[in-house]
Amino acid sequence: MSGPSNFKPKSAFLQWTERRLPILGLMHSSFVAYPTPRNLNYWWTFGGILSFCLGVQIITGIVLAMHYTPTVVGAFDSVEHIMRDVNFGWLLRYVHANGASMFFIAVYIHIFRGFYYGSYKEPREILWILGVIIFLLMMATAFMGYVLPWGQMSFWGATVITNLFSAIPGIGPKVVEFLWGGYSVDQPTLQRFFSLHYLLPFMIAGVVVLHIWALHEVGQNNPAGIDVKSDKDVVAFTPYATAKDNFAMVCFMIFFAWFVFYIPNYLGHADNYIPANPLQTPTHIVPEWYFLPFYAILRAIPSKLGGVIAMFASIAVLAFLPWLDRAKTRSAKYRPLFKQFFWIFVICCIGLGWLGAKPAEGGYVIASRILTAYYFIHFFVILPLLSYYEKPSPVPASIAESVLGNQPLAPAKVKGSR
Amino acid sequence: MAKSTTMNGDQPTRRDFLYIATGAMGAVGAAAAAWPLIHQMNPDASVQALASAEVDLSPVQEGQIITVKWRGKPVFIAHRTKKEIEEAKATPLRDLPDPQPDDARVKKGKEQWLVLVGVCTHLGCVPLGHQGDYKGFFCPCHGSHYDTSGRIRKGPAPLNLEVPPYEFASDTMVRIG
Repeated sequence: MSGPSNFKPKSAFLQWTERRLPILGLMHSSFVAYPTPRNLNYWWTFGGILSFCLGVQIITGIVLAMHYTPTVVGAFDSVEHIMRDVNFGWLLRYVHANGASMFFIAVYIHIFRGFYYGSYKEPREILWILGVIIFLLMMATAFMGYVLPWGQMSFWGATVITNLFSAIPGIGPKVVEFLWGGYSVDQPTLQRFFSLHYLLPFMIAGVVVLHIWALHEVGQNNPAGIDVKSDKDVVAFTPYATAKDNFAMVCFMIFFAWFVFYIPNYLGHADNYIPANPLQTPTHIVPEWYFLPFYAILRAIPSKLGGVIAMFASIAVLAFLPWLDRAKTRSAKYRPLFKQFFWIFVICCIGLGWLGAKPAEGGYVIASRILTAYYFIHFFVILPLLSYYEKPSPVPASIAESVLGNQPLAPAKVKGSR
Repeated sequence: MAKSTTMNGDQPTRRDFLYIATGAMGAVGAAAAAWPLIHQMNPDASVQALASAEVDLSPVQEGQIITVKWRGKPVFIAHRTKKEIEEAKATPLRDLPDPQPDDARVKKGKEQWLVLVGVCTHLGCVPLGHQGDYKGFFCPCHGSHYDTSGRIRKGPAPLNLEVPPYEFASDTMVRIG
């Protein structure tokens, strides 16, 4: 897709540097001249929004680390110190804390966009798997970040999640002591989580580079789910995608700012404003909202090891999606049955999220079991069967045709017009 | 067999051997260098040194449960009533997911003292005393019920509450760890 750049800077100095390090040409071919399908809709703007989220988290995080103390006696107080004493500390912390939620909102939309339009299908398998890896790294980073304020939810969240590994037969307890650096969540745990919480975002950034590299190698999918066949199907990244991405990003920032400035604690838990107490568990512990569907799956299985396996499997299954859904047609737009099952699956995931926040008793447990079963049935039964039995509706011959219908194209104006 | 690196013939050469030996030595070296980086995460000497705690039991009334800290974890010391002891003893072993008689969980002649690590064997929350269907312990996180001997009866926890190593230094003094 992005062939050798014919970018040639005007100034003699830049020509001189460009011959030695062709970085401007790389930027130009990746983000200016890069051809994007002309039919991309706003669901395609979340890649840019996610890059923005990562940038915000890294910048606010680096600044917060200048004021935070990773010790069991100092952590909670240092967070309050950030809130009360540090200039604009309240803003930086609220942006960082809500930024994590915004990051997950954007990534879930991005993932479901991929589900709907079949963005995981050939030739985008590696692109998709890199995305799953980024998602896993995000979950690890968010989890460790939530431990740092050392409130009650921090402490007990850390205890419950690290104890998941005690389900490993035989070596489980040893693995957990290794993760803790002791016999319970304590100083060594907090300090290593701080170190890793600082490291992982840069690993995410690294995998993001691979993700974008793979994307630019195979080209973007699009709402029609058909390959780019000619210049008529594409428009230049700049100004078309740049302007659209920026507009969507500004809308997203408004949403983000609404949380930061008006309801900064809405997505958090009041219990986390109580300092960690290793001798008392809060009566109702729940993870952050973005982990709730997986938490519901964990609790739905009436066996410890089984629950842990099901939870990890519910994430790992995503990596195998390209081989579970073998249908040739990519976009749900032309897959009448898949489209219906997609929306049932969305409701199933939201239902699991709702159940994850409810106590594990009575009807909630039964409902969690039904939805957990459906979650896996969707991947292991429905998708493989649909691949063989569904009759897709006719797919347009080209992206240009899907946008413009069959009307004749005015030849002179086609490129870059809409 | 390694691919021949010479132009003449399919036989492995001395150079193949050197490549493999060099690679193997490099792998061993990398593993040896990695070990300190991994092992530093295990419990350190200062953590291991905090391994025992002494508790005076004289103020603990019958029916009372106290919580002390040992190795950073809560330890429950329950002064059981006669009724609680009898209930624990009368439970048939076939009713237990993790069968263990009550007298294997207490010291002989000191049946009133139940000493337990107060950490749910499911995912590590601290159970609440005198609660749940069996009036022993109840874990609020994921609903595990333990009986008056700290044995799992109902819920997702796989094992009984752990009995830590302990001994009576005197009639009213217990040393945990």
